Amino acid sequence: MNDRQLLRYSRHILLDEIGIAGQQRLVDARALIIGAGGLGSPAALYLASAGVGRITLVDGDTVDLTNLQRQILHSEDRLGQTKVSSGQTALRGINPDVLVETVPHRVSDKPLAALVADADVVLDCSDNFATRHAVNRACVRHRKPLVSGAAIRFAGQLAVFDSRRGDGGPCYNCLFPETGEADEVRCAVMGVFAPLAGIIGTMQAAEALKLIAGAGEIIVGRLWLLDGLAMEWRSVRFGQDPQCAVCAPSAIK
Amino acid sequence: MLTILYFASVRERVGRAAEELALPAGVADVAGLLRHLGERGGAWEGLARIGNLRCAVNQQMVALDSPIADGDELAFFPPVTGG
Ligand SMILES: [Zn+2]
Repeated sequence: MNDRQLLRYSRHILLDEIGIAGQQRLVDARALIIGAGGLGSPAALYLASAGVGRITLVDGDTVDLTNLQRQILHSEDRLGQTKVSSGQTALRGINPDVLVETVPHRVSDKPLAALVADADVVLDCSDNFATRHAVNRACVRHRKPLVSGAAIRFAGQLAVFDSRRGDGGPCYNCLFPETGEADEVRCAVMGVFAPLAGIIGTMQAAEALKLIAGAGEIIVGRLWLLDGLAMEWRSVRFGQDPQCAVCAPSAIK
Repeated sequence: MLTILYFASVRERVGRAAEELALPAGVADVAGLLRHLGERGGAWEGLARIGNLRCAVNQQMVALDSPIADGDELAFFPPVTGG
């Protein structure tokens, strides 16, 4: 890091748990963010401001007026742009040292594999189960840590999966198996409380930064449930499903 | 008594976040409790049919055939997407 970077990141460097070594790991890190919407917005903003060296934004949508109530990466003057391009502009404005790469479409398994293989940490900020399962498969296959968040109406969920550990830690499919029968509800029809997306997306940023910097503890095998109306958190533990179609030893080829 | 918590779309369907319930006679596992709750009719009937409904007993996720006992805390939650 140069003198300006040491100054810019000084409030992180002052934290013993991060320090110069941890901040250097952030500067050297590559984060992949799937979805540049309500969750991806705060997650990307914090990763960029904190100096994560390379951030790849993946999203196939364009910025719509109805997004601006909560998707704080975007702005009125970028309506109609792709979300990844709008996000790139926002992140560059905050921290020009960060290399922001953009993938302006929804990704399926094959391109996803290359993106995940190239990342140090993956943040799932997507809005549909098919993508969530595709991201999980790629993270298990390439042994990459996955910080998964979800928010709808007043309800949020957060979990961290880390298949680098090789100790039978569970994956997303262990928690919510891909059955094709989950009742998928979209923000478009269901609504979402604006700061709820901020709370969950910001927690994703926190866990991703801790993972990269090596700060504190990362709790795997635990799902956090937020009831935003009561503003109450609960967490539940879950283990690896020995029959998991994605991460069970028999499933990994 | 059982403490039962409802999250996300489950909470919305049944219209409450939590309740205390005396362990009903003849109910020995999570699935049995879901059947019992379903007898309330209305939105409760659909509870057991929520796709990928998950249950935690005393903050540990369990299968629906897992036993429950007086004093347990149960939490029902669905997968949430939305980003
Ligand atoms: Zn699994």
